Amino acid sequence: MDQQVLSITQINEYIRTLMDSTPALTALAVRGEISNYKVYPSGHHYFTLKDENSSLKCVMFKGSALRLRFRPENGMKIIAMGKISVYPRDGAYQLYCSALALDGVGDLHAAFEQLKAKLAAQGLFNPEHKQKLPQYPGVIGIITSSAGAAIHDMLRILNKRYPLTKAVLLPVRVQGVEAPGEIANAIAYANHFQLADLLIVGRGGGSLEDLWAFNDERVANAIYQSKIPIISAVGHEPDVTISDYVADLRAATPSNAAELAVPDQNALRQVLDSATDRMQTLLLRQLRTARQQLNALSGSTTLQSPAKYIHLRRDTLAHMQTRLISAGTQFVSKKKQNFVSLTAKLDAMSPLKVLSRGYAMVQSCDGAVVHSIQQVTKNTPIDIRLKDGIISAEILDKREDAL
Amino acid sequence: MNKDNKTFEENMQRLEQIVRAMERGDVPLEESLKLFQEGTALVARCGKLLDNAELQVTKISAGSDGTPVEEVFDYEP
Repeated sequence: MDQQVLSITQINEYIRTLMDSTPALTALAVRGEISNYKVYPSGHHYFTLKDENSSLKCVMFKGSALRLRFRPENGMKIIAMGKISVYPRDGAYQLYCSALALDGVGDLHAAFEQLKAKLAAQGLFNPEHKQKLPQYPGVIGIITSSAGAAIHDMLRILNKRYPLTKAVLLPVRVQGVEAPGEIANAIAYANHFQLADLLIVGRGGGSLEDLWAFNDERVANAIYQSKIPIISAVGHEPDVTISDYVADLRAATPSNAAELAVPDQNALRQVLDSATDRMQTLLLRQLRTARQQLNALSGSTTLQSPAKYIHLRRDTLAHMQTRLISAGTQFVSKKKQNFVSLTAKLDAMSPLKVLSRGYAMVQSCDGAVVHSIQQVTKNTPIDIRLKDGIISAEILDKREDAL
Repeated sequence: MNKDNKTFEENMQRLEQIVRAMERGDVPLEESLKLFQEGTALVARCGKLLDNAELQVTKISAGSDGTPVEEVFDYEP
């Protein structure tokens, strides 16, 4: 026996993986009648859906059950949205329900829930895909009928709230077979030619059938692919369409969309007023602080009376001047004294004074003073200077002093 | 594009910057005075832009070559 033997856990796990990876089983809408409905203490709901021939085990976990809009009862005909998977412990497959809707309101509901489940599974409603709306949209593209009251309601509100914007109507049919294609095309067209900063896609109230274009997969995909942010504005407050789920923002009505699209000029004027107030307050505060600093500074003598300061300085200057002059005078008189005593000394040492005492000075013919007999030879002419004149003479003989 | 709206948006953004700078309090007095003057001028200009604005409304449809053709659209005020 070369066949592989599996454990129960392995085969149940294998089937579960198989079912979970089958797209047809992951976004289902199933019609049936409720039986054996039980709410467990855990908050999870368990029941069976059946038709004439078959039954299907169903479970709805607490989180989804809390969002139920009605109380399910045995015998009720419903449409259950969810996915088929295996509960490995029992080896039983069951429908894991995410939402229940009452049946009997027609096939449209079923189709709606089916498409909603499918698009949700594809991620078209994911919050992280939502785009931010511009704060001050310059051009608002409105994709709706040019005929209905809705467009005029929107334009009136836009003009009242924020007349700085520009509204561009891209007229489309909003009901009938052609409507979904036209709406989807208009969204793509506005994107292709970058006709607006913001799009409003919608129409006024009507029957479920009238609003049906906005439950169309083409419209949903066009909204999802739009690079321009989109506000969905379909019907009245209770009407919820697929467009509302895909759009970046859902408005309850077209008028509400116009309100959400632009800021209100009254609020803007208040912002401007409060900015003025704020700037005034801040500037005054700064001025007050500056003045306080100035006051603190002007407590000093210098700034209180500049004249006094100058006067003080002038006194100092005069004093310095006096001292300088007296120092100068002293210097000069001292120098004068020095000079007188020096002159006396010079006078005392003058050769003429010496000559007057009877000494003579011998000079050679070139004027040099003769200090020694070595400077002269026999017969050399010399001059002998006395106090009153010069004697010219010749050397007769010279005798060296015996030391 | 819509020039007045662009101006309005830019003015509002600059005004926000000015108020924030003054709130930080690290701007010298002389600079604050200049900011205040600029800010009040911006407020006046924004108010005037709103006063004089009137909603422009047009209708766009694809022309014969597929490019957008814009025409005036009258709405009931």
